[in-house]
Amino acid sequence: MLTFSYYAPTSLNQACRLLSEAQGQARLLAGGTDLLIQMKRNLVKPQFLIDLKKIKRLKGIEYDPEKGLRIRALVTHSELLHNPWILGYYPILAQAAQTIGSVQIRNKGTVGGNLCHAVPSADLAPPLLVLNARAVVRGLKGKKFIPLEEFFCAPNQTILKDGEILQEIEVPRMPERSKAIYLKHGIRRAMEIAIVGVAVLMALKPDRRTCAEVRIALGAVAPTPIRVVEAENSLQGKIIAPEEIEKAASIAAAHAQPITDLRGSAEYRQEIVRVLTARAITHAARII
Amino acid sequence: MEFSKYPITLTVNQKRYSFTVEANKTLLEVIREDLGLTGTKEGCGQGDCGACTLLVNGQAINSCLTLVVEVAGQNILTIEGLAEGDQLHPIQQAFIDHGAIQCGFCTPGMVLAAKALLDSCPRPGEEEVRMAIAGNLCRCTGYDKIVKAIMSVGS
Repeated sequence: MLTFSYYAPTSLNQACRLLSEAQGQARLLAGGTDLLIQMKRNLVKPQFLIDLKKIKRLKGIEYDPEKGLRIRALVTHSELLHNPWILGYYPILAQAAQTIGSVQIRNKGTVGGNLCHAVPSADLAPPLLVLNARAVVRGLKGKKFIPLEEFFCAPNQTILKDGEILQEIEVPRMPERSKAIYLKHGIRRAMEIAIVGVAVLMALKPDRRTCAEVRIALGAVAPTPIRVVEAENSLQGKIIAPEEIEKAASIAAAHAQPITDLRGSAEYRQEIVRVLTARAITHAARII
Repeated sequence: MEFSKYPITLTVNQKRYSFTVEANKTLLEVIREDLGLTGTKEGCGQGDCGACTLLVNGQAINSCLTLVVEVAGQNILTIEGLAEGDQLHPIQQAFIDHGAIQCGFCTPGMVLAAKALLDSCPRPGEEEVRMAIAGNLCRCTGYDKIVKAIMSVGS
């Protein structure tokens, strides 16, 4: 690994200033489970490394029954897995966190890192997309709120500009009578990058048969994690029945734009999207 | 370009050390090269194999993906800190009793991953044990005996 100057600021302001003064030559360090691999391979050669772990405002999870959940950027995947609010009100996030890496990776890897690396397969992205999460971004000029759907621009690229840092993720309360599920397809259950990831949030009407609202998000099948609104619209307001589920799943598959790589062909991924979307909808609707 | 060195302290196996380190040194390099604690192994160097597993404040991490400056001031446990004198730690003894060691390269990481699990969950089921060591590869593929050894400590 090439060397660099190391900074460990204690405030977000300081971190933003350092980042902006470095004029693109700095990288932010959170858990380091992605960044340090890239640095060891000389794929990334920062002159300055800004370690965020001394900034208290980037740590912790808060919950308010009215406002919902606030997950600060440095929360680790292990913290998600053990947090009572997450387990009680947003279990999909624990379910997704459980599929990331290994214990060792989950103890270091962070929510902010998972999102800011902006890999198409980021496991927390589809669940947070169906939860209608938004990013709170801090820059030298103050705070910005960005819906997560607008956060990812391209592989490894977010909407963040120089000097901006992801501070936290806000997650509203889940709708009444709703359930959210994340299904990940991989070859093994640990240390696996998603071949396909599908998140579904289903809310039923009081009759518990009609879809009040459905949200569907896909990972690893497009340049960024995506919502598939067309598939959602086809199911909205319908009585949940196998043919409606199949229709929505086929639309989701048709809107996926996967690539072929060593983990799966484009055709295979598209088929997996169809299967997992149908499975997730069925499962979510059944257990509400 | 000149890069400065950084003064840090580390507590390793309950002993305090002070160093001046370059920013790009990993915790693994310092443990093996500066402290000579070569029980911790480097396998893949990219967080896949778990041979470099150490406990930082009781939590298992990959020391190959950790800069030493990141963990300045914290408590590190390596495999050398587990036994008390000649008395092996019960997990180490269980690995011997169950024949859970073949070439031995993965063993320090396996034992520490097991310790992190057993400290938080004293009586794990087989599934929990398998998930806890999912980030530790054994290329002799002695997993079954390793799982049994860990479970025997918990029961």
